[in-house]
Amino acid sequence: MSAGPVMALERVSRRFGRVTAVDGVSLDLAEGEFFALLGPSGCGKTTLLRILAGFETPDEGRVMLDGRDITGLRANRRPVNLMFQSYALFPHMTVRANVAYGLEMERLPSAEIERRTGEILELTELTEMANRRPDQLSGGQRQRVALARALVKRPRVLLLDEPLAALDRKLRGQMQLELKRLQHEVGLTFVVVTHDQEEALVMSDRLALMEGGRIAQTGGPRELYEKPASRFVAGFIGVSNFFEGRGAPGGLATAAHGLLRANGEAVPGRAAAIMVRPERIVLAAEKPADCNGALGEIADIAYHGNDLNLHVAIAGAERAVIARIGAADDAASRWRPGQKVWCCWRPEHGRLLTE
Amino acid sequence: MRNASRWLNAHLWLVYAFLYLPILVLMGLSFNRGGMPTAWTGFSTAWYGSLAASPQIVSSAVNTLIVAAVSTVIATALGTLLALGVERRRQSSALDALLFAPMIIPDIVLAIALLSFYTLLGFTLGLHSIILSHVVFNIAFVCAIVRTRLKHFDYSVVEASIDLGASDFTTFRRVTLPMIWPGVLAGAMLAFTLSVDEFIIAFFTAGPGESSTTLPMRIYAMIRFGVTPEINAMATIVMLFSFTLVLASQRIGRGVVTGP
Repeated sequence: MSAGPVMALERVSRRFGRVTAVDGVSLDLAEGEFFALLGPSGCGKTTLLRILAGFETPDEGRVMLDGRDITGLRANRRPVNLMFQSYALFPHMTVRANVAYGLEMERLPSAEIERRTGEILELTELTEMANRRPDQLSGGQRQRVALARALVKRPRVLLLDEPLAALDRKLRGQMQLELKRLQHEVGLTFVVVTHDQEEALVMSDRLALMEGGRIAQTGGPRELYEKPASRFVAGFIGVSNFFEGRGAPGGLATAAHGLLRANGEAVPGRAAAIMVRPERIVLAAEKPADCNGALGEIADIAYHGNDLNLHVAIAGAERAVIARIGAADDAASRWRPGQKVWCCWRPEHGRLLTE
Repeated sequence: MRNASRWLNAHLWLVYAFLYLPILVLMGLSFNRGGMPTAWTGFSTAWYGSLAASPQIVSSAVNTLIVAAVSTVIATALGTLLALGVERRRQSSALDALLFAPMIIPDIVLAIALLSFYTLLGFTLGLHSIILSHVVFNIAFVCAIVRTRLKHFDYSVVEASIDLGASDFTTFRRVTLPMIWPGVLAGAMLAFTLSVDEFIIAFFTAGPGESSTTLPMRIYAMIRFGVTPEINAMATIVMLFSFTLVLASQRIGRGVVTGP
């Protein structure tokens, strides 16, 4: 294969009446990667997925597959398959017939259909249920049938629309890893649409966060978590603390805490904010020598089993600053609500955001 | 409480008696050897035999079956497609009313309207005009029944089929139709029943002569000379036939409500 992207969107837009669901999105999907499209509901991620699948035609822009323009190609002619959120299994067919359906459409010899169907049923551990109908299966089994039905076609790109949304929480965690294992095993390019940021972080090699029809940021999970490009990204992925102020040489000028330092640049005088993740906040009862941070008062301590979230009320901040410390940490039991505490962070752990 | 339920029970049975006693009497008389409605003279199936021996009755029965079969096939095909089309559109009560109308419009009105329309077009009347007329009201019934089935239809299976490489036609044949099949079958059975015992519209839109006389028309012609035992026998056959079909259609139709 060439080194170019398997599939690409070039400045794609799609409007429904006055609503612009997708607004000039460009995207490259690399061979064999697990890509997540993340965003709040109504951000256009499902429309984008349907454009990739061929169920929506963009008003502007091009859809490319292996360097070929497939913008006008219908879904049934694209070597791309979609796993539907509702699974959309054929209720009148057995599991085996559901899985074989796509191969029959390719008019393959029946021996090959049988072999490939058998293989994929084996891979998804459905062999024993091959002769059941969808209404005789559990939610997790139905999900695997939907997956098998799409995988058996060996698409260039497999699209998955909220693949785990219908499962209960415990099963979802298992299936996140299971999906990743399967993707690794079959070596296909996966594109998953999800509104669950944790799911996107755990499963994907790369992800794009969407907002209002546009891509807010594309990158690896670590990149989006640690180096968010905007307040929206920082707020959507994980928990963030914001310190408001104005750009100043060397950091952010705040009224209550003086100059605060962080990674990034802000135009002097313009409104900006520093974002710090809860686990990067270092707490101290006495002011450390070189504390980059602010003094506050512990308002609340939330116990989460493996860790504690300390909510610290700080002068001039609308929302309490959240600091996370491990429950096994010796310091964990030291803190009491009402106590004064310094919340500091290393400049490289904070991020200066201008938008 | 017990008293009240006893009264309600009695009322129920009275209503049933009111509805079905005349029919039971008719069925009984069709087996009466003497043929007189006033006295029972012994059991006999002779009247059924004389029915079969009458070429006029046999030919009108054949006509009825032709009309019912052909109009059912056409109405089921068109009504099902109509239902699929209507259900995919935005809800419109005006459109719904127009679709239900042919079921509610009095037959006599529809009959006169159709006859005037055919005359206006200079259409020759015959078995084909009856068929066409029956298609008109049967489309509405089939459409209504298929639509109830479609209310619970998950359209993503249609997209799934296309996504897996199927054409629109293959998708209809292998996915949509099998899934709505109980509704289609129930609609077809109802259409067949309605066509078999339909009189007024057939009477108005039939051509002259024997060639387009249907069974209900034949009964009407015979009854002008009094109720003969043959008529009882024929009515019994038609009734049992319709009853079976309606029952079967309800049976199948039950799947319509509970879904797949």
